[in-house]
Amino acid sequence: MLELDKVSAGYGAAQVLHEVSLDVAAGEILCLMGRNGAGKTTLVRAIMGLLPLMGGRVFLDGTEVSALPAHKVARAGIGYVPQGRRLFAGLSVAQNLEIGMRARVSPPEVLEEVLELFPRLRERYRQQAQTLSGGEQQMLATARALCLRPKALLLDEPTEGLQPSMVEAIREVTLAMRAKGVAILLVEQRVDAVLQLADRVAFIENGRGGDVVSVKMLKTDRALAARYLGV
Amino acid sequence: MELGPYLLLATLEGAVMASVLALTAVGLSLVFGVMRVVNIAHGEFFMLGAVLAWYVTQMVGGPPAIGFAVGLVMAPLIVGAIAVAADMTILKRLDYDPERTIVATIGLLYIIQQLTLMGYGPDARPVEPPFNTRLALPWFEVKDGALALYWPWGLSTTSYKLAVIGAGVVVLLGVWAMMARTRIGLVMRAVQADRDMALAFGIPVERVYAMVFGIGAALAALAAVLIVPISQAHYLMGADPLLLAFTVVIIGGLGSLPGTVVAAILIGLSDGIISVFFSPTLAKILATLLVALVLVFRPQGLFGTRSA
Repeated sequence: MLELDKVSAGYGAAQVLHEVSLDVAAGEILCLMGRNGAGKTTLVRAIMGLLPLMGGRVFLDGTEVSALPAHKVARAGIGYVPQGRRLFAGLSVAQNLEIGMRARVSPPEVLEEVLELFPRLRERYRQQAQTLSGGEQQMLATARALCLRPKALLLDEPTEGLQPSMVEAIREVTLAMRAKGVAILLVEQRVDAVLQLADRVAFIENGRGGDVVSVKMLKTDRALAARYLGV
Repeated sequence: MELGPYLLLATLEGAVMASVLALTAVGLSLVFGVMRVVNIAHGEFFMLGAVLAWYVTQMVGGPPAIGFAVGLVMAPLIVGAIAVAADMTILKRLDYDPERTIVATIGLLYIIQQLTLMGYGPDARPVEPPFNTRLALPWFEVKDGALALYWPWGLSTTSYKLAVIGAGVVVLLGVWAMMARTRIGLVMRAVQADRDMALAFGIPVERVYAMVFGIGAALAALAAVLIVPISQAHYLMGADPLLLAFTVVIIGGLGSLPGTVVAAILIGLSDGIISVFFSPTLAKILATLLVALVLVFRPQGLFGTRSA
């Protein structure tokens, strides 16, 4: 569903990513792991068209999205939950969701489905986004991305700094999206979350793509888990 | 005339100025708030509005009200279209970089000003107001222990000046309704809050920028069309509104529309009152002093939020 072919990107003249290739199938969760500064967030931003590619291509469902202007990447069907949530401050919960709904002109029942996944947001519907708790803000950031009915979903550290109940809520929604056939690229540092959620793990180091390992193998092969995850 | 009636007169003059200033400054504030572009050419869009109003009224002819009404619609539309073209050909190419766009809009200022000088000439030219009935204003006095109205000699205004105040209020309410109640306002606020996230949610940010730049310039032009029957159209008339609009935007808080309106009322009224009682120069000195105090003690302005 989501395919990266030798993607290179960076900031200005500084190249961060060097020919990274990946693919995420429909109904699969691929976790992207790597140290701080390895280029995980840069890769996600490059997929969204927020950074110009220095080389390579990105495909969604066979269509090259890297050839599109940035605002058409979301319209093609890629949902983005950025690190740090980055909600539209000054806008209410309802208005943040409306922005998500407008991206691909989703029918009204999509909003209903999303609010069923996050009932807390229904209670906070008219509240300003920046007045929500950290966990609620993460819910809103996720819900906003789901409002555009994504074919592929990019989650950049969605459980960072959240209390366990919120982590669980985000986990359940992520699994529900996988069950619906959404291709999910998850940037995650927490090993337990990776082992619970992901189907495969892709490692990235110094901006270069490394091995891609199935979680099933990591769970059964202790030596492999120790080598890749340090557990 | 006694102090009370004199104060009423000064307040009315100040309200006319506040109304025009608020429209001009809201345009500037909108552009800065959404695009992060400091538009030095904003005063020239104001001047273009006044000059175009003169041209339109001359071309239409007939009763002044008809020419003025056509000018009131056409001048902001033409100036808005010029601003959109400037955005697409200049600012977009600079990637809306805050520093380079300052230099570019300084260039735009001189281009517009000199082209106007070449085409329109150096003369100041009047535009006839659509209506201008003199209205005597009443004041009150205590007579035999009761309040009684009387009509002091010289206490009057014109119907046109009251219309300018009313038009300013109506347009500002319209801008507020657009920002708070419409989809396009929602999109503009989303772009203002986070440009990258707006892009990531399918908002064509560059198209929004072009529209905002056009609306900002059109508001300045509209303000000029309203004031030109009271003052005159001149190719150098953009400097004062630009300076005052910056004063207002800094005091109100960069990018804050409510702050801009409150500051415009404050500066407009104080300018009117101080100019009538003392001198226009003192009014400008006090406004500049207020800017300095705000910059020292509350750099984010009265209504602005401190950036992280």
